[in-house]
Amino acid sequence: MEANLEQRGLAMKREEINVCVLRVGGTNCDAETKRAFDELGVQAEVVHVNEMVKRRSLLEYNALVFPGGFSYGDYVRAGAIWAKWILAKLGKELKAFVYENRPVLGICNGFQVLVEAGLLPGFEGISPYPEAALATNFPPGYNCRWVYIKHENDVKCVFTRKIPKGKVLRMPVAHSEGRLIFAKEKEKQYLKRLYENDQLVFRYCKKNGVYAEGRFPTNPNGSFHDIVGVCNREGTIFGLMPHPERAFYWWQQPDWTRRARMPQYGDGKLIFESLIEYLVKKF
Amino acid sequence: MKIEVSLKPGHSDPEGETTARLLKELGYKVERVGVSKVYSLSLEAESLEGVAAEAEEMCKRLLANPTKDNYAIVVEEEK
Repeated sequence: MEANLEQRGLAMKREEINVCVLRVGGTNCDAETKRAFDELGVQAEVVHVNEMVKRRSLLEYNALVFPGGFSYGDYVRAGAIWAKWILAKLGKELKAFVYENRPVLGICNGFQVLVEAGLLPGFEGISPYPEAALATNFPPGYNCRWVYIKHENDVKCVFTRKIPKGKVLRMPVAHSEGRLIFAKEKEKQYLKRLYENDQLVFRYCKKNGVYAEGRFPTNPNGSFHDIVGVCNREGTIFGLMPHPERAFYWWQQPDWTRRARMPQYGDGKLIFESLIEYLVKKF
Repeated sequence: MKIEVSLKPGHSDPEGETTARLLKELGYKVERVGVSKVYSLSLEAESLEGVAAEAEEMCKRLLANPTKDNYAIVVEEEK
């Protein structure tokens, strides 16, 4: 379909797509994220937020990525300072970006930023105050390991459209605050809405696809309902705790020295490919 | 002025639970430990009421996440 659109000159060419990977003190994996886009033939630029505020505009880009890390030292709450800073300095642009359905991806700390900024879960658009939190892991502490995650989304999330529902992927997590929670009195209601709006994207599971049911280490942080990542109502904003950019190449996999043959790419590639397919069709 | 941000009841508190466990191991009869964060702020203002209102706004905009946090504000005049 997109090939036909490209041939007819109705779609954007891959090499014309321009992705912004925002950076600030304490972010990490911005280089890996850029490299994933480079590998797939898309232009990606790592831009410091101060540069964005002073001389650039978010609207120069087709997609925006908040990478992982520990922005502003995770002070106050993980992602909180960067989230409020972005809203204060780039709020207008960011809202325009989101209202035009330009995609926004938040990886790990980026997910925390999107939740703290009220962009996710975004049941009614951007919320003035956070509707969820990424709380301290249970069991407590920094957790760095490979996990299995099961794709739960029907069609909504533009970052996972190339992944069949029910498929189990493998990616690494590395965080201390990844336990997604809702206000106690809203837990049931919000979970129902996630399902009704097709906003639930991944859940932690075993290799065979059986859900973790909160059990460590299959669920590495105690996240409510084994939730790994969610998208907004429109499916254009997506946040997840694992790092797809660290599961992109075969040589990033934990077992590559033990296996005789490895597929060329890891499961993380599917996230980037799905996004690019959406961008090719949209612009 | 002091702003104390603490966890709302009902949410699990891994930091508090781990601390309580260790205090018990050390022989103390501790039932529960709650961990909170205290911000101490100094600012110039016309009235104490105005400061309290401003602190409330600070909590909502940055210091607390309403999903899991309660906050308490104590305003004192500095001499």
